[in-house]
Amino acid sequence: MSAVLFFIAAIGALGGAIAVVTLRNPFYAVLALVTHLVMLAALFLLLHAEFVAAAQVIVYAGAVMVLYVFVVAYVGEVEELAGGSALRILGPLMALALATVLCIAMLGSGLAGIKTKGAHYVLGFGTPRHIGTLLLTKYLFPFELASILLLAAAVGAVMLARRRRGLEPDEEILRRIRVPRPAYTGTMAEAAGERTGEAVPQLQNGGPRPVASGAAAPDEGGW
Amino acid sequence: MAIGWYLVVSALIFCTGAAGVLTRRNPLVILLCLELMLNAGNLALIAFSRMWGSEDGQVFALIVMVVAACEVVIGLGLIVAIYRRRLPIDVDELSELQG
Repeated sequence: MSAVLFFIAAIGALGGAIAVVTLRNPFYAVLALVTHLVMLAALFLLLHAEFVAAAQVIVYAGAVMVLYVFVVAYVGEVEELAGGSALRILGPLMALALATVLCIAMLGSGLAGIKTKGAHYVLGFGTPRHIGTLLLTKYLFPFELASILLLAAAVGAVMLARRRRGLEPDEEILRRIRVPRPAYTGTMAEAAGERTGEAVPQLQNGGPRPVASGAAAPDEGGW
Repeated sequence: MAIGWYLVVSALIFCTGAAGVLTRRNPLVILLCLELMLNAGNLALIAFSRMWGSEDGQVFALIVMVVAACEVVIGLGLIVAIYRRRLPIDVDELSELQG
């Protein structure tokens, strides 16, 4: 039973991983990563790591993947061109070589432990109680360090992704205040001292529409 | 199942992620492939924790998950900043640092 579950979860996890790498559309790649993470959580359950499996599903497949989906939806689908540098061809070969080396090292290793099913299972192994005790006693310093890292990452993300005035031209504001309107009707552009393109005559005046020019009319003497 | 099988699965997932990091050009997908590699490491850590019968490996895996979440947040923030400056979202085009 456990062998069947292992193979289902392992094939699912590997298939999800390959789908992440090969799918062109980033949105589908994110969805493939979600299935990969759920299958990996099943593998964690088979290894009696219940708390880590639950954290994996809730934090990873839930929260982090939602963040990915938001960014993919914000950025939009990016057309990815095939081909390019020699790394495109060499990359899979290097990965294949790495996989071969790792498998040879692991299957031929002299470690007696990896041929067994693991240590004797004691009740309560991998429960939140044991993990929490470890985190707050033996691994207290890494735990606190992780919390500082999370804080720094949150502040850094806000700094990186916030809207900056100095970096991008305020096109949006200029577009908004440059709506062609008759002069002296109290537009926001006049309040900002900007009169370019404002001299559009009203239609009941008759007369030819002047070509919108950058220069202000001479009789618009300012304030 | 013997622990070795889990380690083989972990190695294969790691190599898949490495191939993705080397071949893809979209930084979003590169971040996803980094996630794959970190998760492969997590699987190996938990397999070793089962092998020794102690929970230390699971604590390491949790810390790795925290670090991965931080990395994702910063990476996605960078991608949003790149998009806001209307630069191409392609790692081959973003070569000003000659990386």
